[in-house]
Amino acid sequence: MILNIFTDIHELLLGLMPENIVHITELVLIAVAYLGIFAILGLFLVWLERRIAAFFQFRLGPNRVGPMGLFQTVADALKLVSKELTGTEKADKFLYKIAPYFVITTALMSLSLIPFSYEIHAFDINIGLFFLTSVSSVGVLGIFLAGWASNNKYSLIGGMRTGIQMISYELSVGMAIVTMVVLAGTLQISEIVEIQKDGWLIYQGHIPAIIAFMIFMIAGTAESNRTPFDLVEAESELGAGFHTEYSGMNFAYYFLAEFVNLFLISSVAVILFFGGWLSPFGITDTIPFAGLFWFVIKVLGVIFIFMWFRWTFPRFRIDQLLTLEWKFLLPINMVNIVLMALMVWLGLTL
Amino acid sequence: MSYFSDIINGTKTLLTGMRVTGGYFFVNFFTKRDVITQQYPNNIETLEMFDRFKGEVIMLHNENNEHRCDACTLCEKACPNGSIEILGDKAKDPETGKNKRFLVKHIYHLQMCTMCGLCIEACPVNAIDWGQDFHHVEYDRSLLTKVLNKPGSKIMSGIKG
Ligand code: SF4
Ligand code: SF4
Repeated sequence: MILNIFTDIHELLLGLMPENIVHITELVLIAVAYLGIFAILGLFLVWLERRIAAFFQFRLGPNRVGPMGLFQTVADALKLVSKELTGTEKADKFLYKIAPYFVITTALMSLSLIPFSYEIHAFDINIGLFFLTSVSSVGVLGIFLAGWASNNKYSLIGGMRTGIQMISYELSVGMAIVTMVVLAGTLQISEIVEIQKDGWLIYQGHIPAIIAFMIFMIAGTAESNRTPFDLVEAESELGAGFHTEYSGMNFAYYFLAEFVNLFLISSVAVILFFGGWLSPFGITDTIPFAGLFWFVIKVLGVIFIFMWFRWTFPRFRIDQLLTLEWKFLLPINMVNIVLMALMVWLGLTL
Repeated sequence: MSYFSDIINGTKTLLTGMRVTGGYFFVNFFTKRDVITQQYPNNIETLEMFDRFKGEVIMLHNENNEHRCDACTLCEKACPNGSIEILGDKAKDPETGKNKRFLVKHIYHLQMCTMCGLCIEACPVNAIDWGQDFHHVEYDRSLLTKVLNKPGSKIMSGIKG
C-alpha cells in the first residue's frame, strides 16, 4: 500500500496537467524534498556531533532546547539567518558570493545519488559512483574560491591547504572505491546494493575489502575536512580557515555542507561495504521501506566512527598529511587493487 | 623494514587511543557516571562546590560564636580595590586593664571583590577564609555588602591584639 505512494502522486499529477509539465513538476517536488532532507540532515548531524563530543569529554552537550536538545541547532540556524552578512572590503565580491553555493550545490547533487531505500532513490544512473566522485570533487572548488576571494591571509592559507589535501586524498578515496568496483563489477549504485544480497561486499571481498574500508575511512575523514585532517579550518592556527570572512547564512551553508558531506561519505561507505539499504541476512527485505531504517542505522554507525576519530586524534601537520597519503595510503591502495583483481580473477571471493 | 612496522605500530596506537576515548564515551553515554556538567539553575539547592572554590570571603566562627579577628586592618590594607572596611573600637580589657582594640564590624563588599585572596593571605591570625557559596544573585547591590562577623560574636580568648 505504502509502496504505491509515489505512483499515486504521479497519477494525481497526471490527472491535473499534461505529461511534460508533470515531469517538470515532479523534478521540482523532488528537488524541494531533497533540500528539506539537506537542511534536516545538516541540523541533525550538528546536534549529534555536539552531543557525542560532549559524552567523549565528560559533558552533557546541548540538552535544553526541545527534547534532548534536538532543537538547539534549529535555534542556532535561526540565529545565523537573522545575522548580518559581512565581508571584507577588498574581497572579490562575485567569487566571494558564489563560493558557498558551489559547496551546497555539489553536496545536494551528490545527495540525489544516495539510495535511502529500494524505493527512495532519486537519480540512479549506470555511472553512479563515477558521477558521485566527480561531482563531489567540484565541492573543493567552493572552498578554494572562498579562500581566494576573501582576501584574507588565513582564508588563503586555508584554501591552499584544501587544494593540497583534497587532491591528495581524492586519489585514495577514488582508488578505494575502484577496489570495491572491481569486486562489484558495476558502477550503478542500485546494482552494487543488489549484488550484496548474498553477503555484504566487506564479507565477499574479505582481506582486500577490509583494507579498502580502512583506507576509505581515513581518506574519507580527510575529504570531509574533519579532525585529524582539519588543516583547512585549523581553528588554533588559521582563525576559521577558509570561511573566516563568512558570516550569517553564508557561513551556515559551509557548516551544513560539511555535515552533509559527512553523511555522503558515510553513505558511500555503507553502500560499498555494508550492503546499503539491505537488512542483515535479508530478515526484512520483503517489507517496503524497511530499507530506509537499515540504511539510516548503518549510516549513523559509520558517522559515529567518524566522530570517534574526531574526538580522539590530534590534528596532523601538513607534511605528515602528505607523507601519510603519498608514502602509505597510495602504495597500499595500489597493491590492494591488484590483490582484489587477482582474487576476483581466481574466484577467491566469498 | 621500518615501513611496515610503522604501519602496524601506527594502527595499534591509534586503536589504543580509540579504545580509551571509546571507553569514556560508552560509560558516559549509558551511565553518565563521570559527567562533570552541573545543570546549574536546576540543581541550585543541591549543588556543592569543591573545597578550593573561591566563592566569597567569610569569617570563621567557632561554636561559641567567637571569631579570631582582632581588627588589625591588615586585610583592609591588603585589598587592592578597597573591598574591606574594618570598624574597630577600643575598650578596657577586663583581665589586664589595658585598652585593647576589638572588632565592631568587618564590612565586606562582595560586589567589588575580585576573589584575589590577598586579604586572606594577609591576615596574621587566619580569621578569614574562602567560602564555597557561589549563588550571589541579588536584585539590589547594597545586599552584597556583608558584615562578616556574626551579630553578638566576640573575639576568642588567647588571640593577641
Ligand atoms: S579577595 Fe582580594 S579583592 Fe576580595 S576582599 Fe580580599 S583582597 Fe579584596
Ligand atoms: S580579618 Fe585578619 S587581617 Fe583583617 S582585621 Fe581581622 S585579624 Fe586583621
